[in-house]
Amino acid sequence: MGSLQLKSIRKAFGGHEVLKGIDLEVKDGEFVIFVGPSGCGKSTLLRVIAGLEDATSGSVQIDGAEVVNTPPAKRGIAMVFQSYALYPHLTVRDNMGLGLKQAGAPKTEIDTKVAKASSMLSLEQYLARRPSELSGGQRQRVAIGRAIVREPKLFLFDEPLSNLDAALRVQTRLEIARLHRSLKATMIYVTHDQVEAMTLADKIVVLNAGKIEQIGSPMDLYNKPGNIFVAGFIGSPQMNFIEAARLGDTQAKTIGIRPEHITLSRDAGTWKGKVVHVEHLGADTIVYLETEKTGLLTVRLFGEHKFAVDDIVYATPDTSLMHRFGADDRALG
Amino acid sequence: MSKARISPVRSGFVHLALVAYTIIALFPVVLTIVNSFKDKNAIFRSPLTLPTGSSFSTVGYETVLKQGDFISYFQNSLIVTVVSIFFALLFGAMAAFALSEYRFRGNTLMGLYLAIGIMIPIRLGTVAILQGMVAAGLVNTLTALILVYTAQGLPLAIFILSEFMRTVSDDLKNAGRIDGLSEYAIFFRLVLPLVRPAMATVAVFTMIPIWNDLWFPLILAPGEATKTVTLGSQVFIGQFVTNWNAVLAALSLAIFPVLILYVIFSRQLIRGITAGAVK
Repeated sequence: MGSLQLKSIRKAFGGHEVLKGIDLEVKDGEFVIFVGPSGCGKSTLLRVIAGLEDATSGSVQIDGAEVVNTPPAKRGIAMVFQSYALYPHLTVRDNMGLGLKQAGAPKTEIDTKVAKASSMLSLEQYLARRPSELSGGQRQRVAIGRAIVREPKLFLFDEPLSNLDAALRVQTRLEIARLHRSLKATMIYVTHDQVEAMTLADKIVVLNAGKIEQIGSPMDLYNKPGNIFVAGFIGSPQMNFIEAARLGDTQAKTIGIRPEHITLSRDAGTWKGKVVHVEHLGADTIVYLETEKTGLLTVRLFGEHKFAVDDIVYATPDTSLMHRFGADDRALG
Repeated sequence: MSKARISPVRSGFVHLALVAYTIIALFPVVLTIVNSFKDKNAIFRSPLTLPTGSSFSTVGYETVLKQGDFISYFQNSLIVTVVSIFFALLFGAMAAFALSEYRFRGNTLMGLYLAIGIMIPIRLGTVAILQGMVAAGLVNTLTALILVYTAQGLPLAIFILSEFMRTVSDDLKNAGRIDGLSEYAIFFRLVLPLVRPAMATVAVFTMIPIWNDLWFPLILAPGEATKTVTLGSQVFIGQFVTNWNAVLAALSLAIFPVLILYVIFSRQLIRGITAGAVK
């Protein structure tokens, strides 16, 4: 239980089309992440799956059953929101139990399920508190707990970590990954943060301007991006794009090389350039070069390196890891 | 606030303005209460002095409590005010929720239509209202007043509340929908508690004109059984002789119920504001 099928989902607000025909299949137990820049329609797509927005056309099937005309509460889903969306006047216990209470579950069942979920998220000591007495991280755990208690077929996460600070974000990310392993539930997760996408997902769906650009495992997308958009979106710092003509490649339009696939040397190499800026991150050193052949180039070196601005260096790309893109911006085989 | 930013001169002027305003606003109230405790001669001879041993008199209050059925007038005023506020808030909040929450054709137009009442005084329609009430057999009933005041309070309630309801998080309402709450439950249990400060504001703005109104009680419900306090006090104002003691006493008494209501609502107001600040 817990599969999802989307067929040619379209959604328009007024005359503006936000989703332009989305087809997607999610298998039972998969962790799928929708990722894309702001306004690409990923949140809207999640809302269509949840039933909070009606698609203009298309079909949504959960476990093989058409749910387009089913209200959100009856779809067997649970959702975690970016703003937590906890009921401010209810205690943590009542927040988590409300869904079951509305569905008419007996009190003992609600209590055991709430107890189980709260022990999973170590929330036991906060059960009697109200949301306003909790920290941001605790609130988001309550929101996740509220979802777990419902034992849904589908977990939907709408940018759940965006409101947390960096340390909590990593911690909660781990917690979600652990939950996915222990619950073996199907999860759909929306984020604009590619690190979250890469670390959590079984399958990433890259969306741009209302269309799916590519679907694949994190490493698929990293190693074999299908087009320039995906190549630029996945990976940080961003992939370097060089006009193919400048490198003497007449078939391709653009050549892409990731910053980590370039080595630097002071003595000899393929492209001669001058250092423009250096960022020392401890584990990495990011060097920005202005080369005659390629223009501005970002290079990511592992460990510490003593390059200074205005140094003359030579950059050598790993040619086996170069990506070639044609005139239509698609990857060339 | 840093000390450097407040010049003593400037804060002096600010306080001067505030004190002047307070005096102007309180002057008639204080004058009414002070003079209600004096005998008739003292009211006319020295209206601005406090009651002294010789001029002190409660004759006004005695008249008020003896003559006419003032307890019943107060009761009528309270019933009309409280029930009207209740309905204006209930229906106003419901309309505001619909306007702010649902996308439907003509939403903006409907919002404007409902807010027009702020600009057009309801008294312009007095004749039609009276005809309607006569036809419905509601003349000389409190129901007539409640209906009119509810209608009078709705435009402002809808206008203010719909603005506030737009600020209630969509996520919260959607979480409720996923948890299986009906739209009514979302309205009553999630949205209303969050806009309580706005409700209190609307209640205060709605309450004062209703309590003080003389026009509609005089026209729609002048009967003895349905008289309100403002109308009831008019018996002491005659064409040739006015019993000022009684008038002032009646007015002083009329201040208190509305003051109590105001205190209740304003506590809500303050609680709402602080709850929002720490959240």
